[in-house]
Amino acid sequence: MARMKFLCDADRCIECNACVTACKNENDVPWGINRRRVVTINDGKPGERSVSMACMHCTDAPCAAVCPVNCFYTTADAVVLHNKDTCIGCGYCFYACPFGAPQYPKVSSFGSRGKMDKCTYCAGGPEADLTQAEYIKYGANRLAEGKLPLCAEMCSTKALLAGDGAIIAEIYKERVMKRGYGSGAWGWKTAYKETIAI
Amino acid sequence: MKKLLPLFSAILLALVIVLPATAQQNFRPTEQSVKEEQLLNALKPGGTVSGRISIPDERAANLIQPEGRDWQTYRRTTLPTIGTIAILGMVALLAIFFLARGRIRIEKGFSGRTVLRFPTFDRFVHWTTASCFIVLALSGLNLTFGKMLLEPLIGESSFGTLAALGKLSHNYLAFPFMAGVAAMFLIWVKDNIPGKIDVEWLKAGGGILKKGVHPPAKRFNGGQKAIFWIVVIGGAAMSISGWHLLFPTEGIGEVQFQSRVHGVIAMLFIAVMIAHIYIGSLGMEGAFDAMGTGQVDENWAKEHHGLWLEEEKAKAAKAPPGAVAAE
Repeated sequence: MARMKFLCDADRCIECNACVTACKNENDVPWGINRRRVVTINDGKPGERSVSMACMHCTDAPCAAVCPVNCFYTTADAVVLHNKDTCIGCGYCFYACPFGAPQYPKVSSFGSRGKMDKCTYCAGGPEADLTQAEYIKYGANRLAEGKLPLCAEMCSTKALLAGDGAIIAEIYKERVMKRGYGSGAWGWKTAYKETIAI
Repeated sequence: MKKLLPLFSAILLALVIVLPATAQQNFRPTEQSVKEEQLLNALKPGGTVSGRISIPDERAANLIQPEGRDWQTYRRTTLPTIGTIAILGMVALLAIFFLARGRIRIEKGFSGRTVLRFPTFDRFVHWTTASCFIVLALSGLNLTFGKMLLEPLIGESSFGTLAALGKLSHNYLAFPFMAGVAAMFLIWVKDNIPGKIDVEWLKAGGGILKKGVHPPAKRFNGGQKAIFWIVVIGGAAMSISGWHLLFPTEGIGEVQFQSRVHGVIAMLFIAVMIAHIYIGSLGMEGAFDAMGTGQVDENWAKEHHGLWLEEEKAKAAKAPPGAVAAE
């Protein structure tokens, strides 16, 4: 089984936000929630870079560790998913997440958060694969169809890579060797406790 | 000279071609870039790597906040440790106290005459706050210890339902609790100003450590004043931190800090309240009546609140005959 990861090659990202839009559309993400976002660092200054970020599907995921009701689970592909039926919307995973991935739809004005929503790596949820129930709660399950997450699949500059960690690391390494520079695999150190040595 | 001209032009041409090429080799604008490693190394504790975002959610501008990974140490280790020590420690202390001292009896026995200690409104405020506190405490403890203790017993599905109900009641009962603490502060603060008499009371072991020793006390003795201020200050800290958690406005660092404050104070608060519940029920004969019926036995009042009983008696004597004490 693969160890699925995301890698954003910031030297290629042109901040077109297509990944954000594609994700919202493919997964029918609730209003006000963005499972993926593009952040521009050093905006307007020399060396500016844009990074597309979502849930990184961490190794030893902090969200799963702090959840009071054990709603998280890791799939055989190392994708971190959660069960919305068990989730109580306490917000702890948001406190623990280094990437601000967990978000909560506002269900009332009285400070109660709805069920947490985050990137599923286009792998749905605990319901049976490719069912309507799964789609309504979690969005698409492209992994079950043998496809990768749409954000990475349709990235116009192939900045955002998804797939087996070893393979995408190799692709990134080759690129850096060829062009002679790279701003790093953003978030890898925090998510996987490793960086790509070049 | 004419012969040299082609040579010059050849050299010039060579310079025109070669120079920009070398310049290009030395200056590659795309190569300059902000590096993740530099940003992470420059990060202060609790800091975030953030930038500009073009979607309306401002919070999404935070790219990486490594502190998030550390918060789980607090949640998984620090808080459960503090909670276990505080709560089990308090229960152990009370058990030792009970075994050594036993139930504190009214030494002269019940006199049969009673005096009003807490009117209806006081008791209403006390029990509103108390019942909210119990639900808040249990649902809060469930978030910290439930996964460890309760889930293996009742299974994932029922535990999920229970936790969801607990969280909902925690959110809503927070408001009557806050109102209750505020009301308690207003109605009892005038009798809870610490003074010299409380130091004497403490020195004498509070009248509960040794049999037959009853230092004088007014309406509230030193121990009760301590409980009062713990409830008021602890309740305020819980309210403020809880408010921040219910309605987060600032960044992630703020929420992490507030949740630490909320959790640690809650554990200590619960430990103190266990002692309060013990002494108000099982631990002392006649004490529960104060909050039960509101009427306490005169002998109990004489032993634990001597000066207050004298004051009450003086007030009753002053009142014109036939007047009914206002409740």
